[in-house]
Amino acid sequence: MPLIQFLNRPKNELEAGGRKSAPIQADENEPVKSCPSCRKSIPLSQLWGNYHCCPFCGHHFRMNSRQRISFIADSDSFQEMFPDIQAQDALQFPGYQNKIELTKKVSGEQEAVICGTAKIEGQTCGLFVMEPYFMMGSMGTAVGEKIVRLFELATEQRLPVLGFTVSGGARMQEGILSLMQMAKTSGAVKRHSDAGLFYLSVFTDPTTGGVTASFATESDIVLAEPGATVGFAGARVIEQTTRKKLPQGFQTAEFLMEHGFVDKIVPRNQQRQTIAALLKMHEGGAGHGEAAIHSI
Amino acid sequence: MVKQQYTAFDQVKAARSNNRPTGKDYIDHLCTGFLEFHGDRQAGDDKAIVAGVAYLGDRPVTVVAIEKGHGTKERTMRNFGAPNPEGYRKALRLMKQAEKFNRPVLCFVDTSGAYCGIEAEERGQGQAIAENLKEMMTLNVPILSILIGEGGSGGALALAVADRVWMLEHAIYSVISPEGCASILWKDASKAPEAAQNLRITAEDALAFGVIEEIISEQDLGKASFYDGLREKIQQELNDLCAMEKDHLKQARYLRFRQIGTKGMEEG
Ligand SMILES: [Zn+2]
Repeated sequence: MPLIQFLNRPKNELEAGGRKSAPIQADENEPVKSCPSCRKSIPLSQLWGNYHCCPFCGHHFRMNSRQRISFIADSDSFQEMFPDIQAQDALQFPGYQNKIELTKKVSGEQEAVICGTAKIEGQTCGLFVMEPYFMMGSMGTAVGEKIVRLFELATEQRLPVLGFTVSGGARMQEGILSLMQMAKTSGAVKRHSDAGLFYLSVFTDPTTGGVTASFATESDIVLAEPGATVGFAGARVIEQTTRKKLPQGFQTAEFLMEHGFVDKIVPRNQQRQTIAALLKMHEGGAGHGEAAIHSI
Repeated sequence: MVKQQYTAFDQVKAARSNNRPTGKDYIDHLCTGFLEFHGDRQAGDDKAIVAGVAYLGDRPVTVVAIEKGHGTKERTMRNFGAPNPEGYRKALRLMKQAEKFNRPVLCFVDTSGAYCGIEAEERGQGQAIAENLKEMMTLNVPILSILIGEGGSGGALALAVADRVWMLEHAIYSVISPEGCASILWKDASKAPEAAQNLRITAEDALAFGVIEEIISEQDLGKASFYDGLREKIQQELNDLCAMEKDHLKQARYLRFRQIGTKGMEEG
């Protein structure tokens, strides 16, 4: 079998598209979700069984970090790290403490990124997944610290890092301290890179602001989910600043790929196999190309 | 005489004032033999960033300044000091040149932020800033950045990943403009003064948070004595930084940013 087919071969029924092609016949009483793209009603079980993608048009629904980890990592392989690092209200910003407490209750998470180690088709990596349901993945001091600790750990243990980004940008309630996280995370990514280690990032909807302008785009290979909004400045701000109509598809993953800032757009049902293939190819980091050949 | 009390929003107005010296004023008054270099070698030359080589005393330096310009015509030509990706890439190109020829880098920062434009996005504004943050962190020569007016978010930070960061007394440094913050949080841009207060954007705040090392007095701002004092201060600092062993310098730079905002977090 040619190498590329071998690498891309389906590993299970899900990846072969088996479940996706199953007939859609819902229990009449089952709750449905309306697809914002094709407007069809999707029974929830169908949505959940299809990586939170519309079975009719492929629209990628937002998913929380735990769901993402469960579909990307080998079962029971994820070991969470630094779960207790939490936001500091150093500025005593009005309403911030309350907002954090409420967000924790609603999301069930302690902060806007989940970090740890995981195996993907047997290959160990550092993994971070940002959480859209925690203040839209905004980056404050806790997010910065967790990302930095993950990269430092990965550098020490010579692990590749896989990261899924979703962020509205820097967390303004932490003021200048949140801005500094851009520098801090960039430094940790650079050291990991200088150690010859592999970093793969995946832009998911939305990846914007300070996260786009720091660790999200600093990877060796940038993947993106179809249709994800990715950009630096907000579309509305750009419209107000320039008084121009924004082009069709502005700041989508496809737009970024067209302009040369994304390596590849990978739909969710192919992510696991694509990521596993890339981890395999970069096993051992820089200078280990030969080892990667032999290990296949 | 009673010292005048400024509110945070007074600071914002002072930092944005058209009467302040701009980046190029600092280069012209502090340095000799300035030669401006243009272009990022990829797409173009961003006039919002003025950069090149010069002497500070008898030491060769690479200087990079965000330039807002004076007067309507020049300000327009400078895009009001809002850089495009080409500006950040030019800056990085010249910093890498500085690294090759082992001369320190001196940055003057004054921007409301990186330009929010369609073409800026198309040419990778976020990626350009990220690249600077990453590369500056391990640049093999000392970097000193001085915020001389507005320090607007990532667009300012992209020239301020430095061994030492100083701020003028009435400069500001913020993750978002007070107007932007007020309109997002309270749907009311007129609450900018309140946002300015809460965002803690003054030089004193930055010093208290460990984000900067020094506040530069604005007494005599723009006068010969001001520039003479500042030049001497910079020379001294560069002497110290240039005497540091390179690995130690870079390690200290990393730790400088590494510890910001970690107060109260559990030890790992
Ligand atoms: Zn659909």
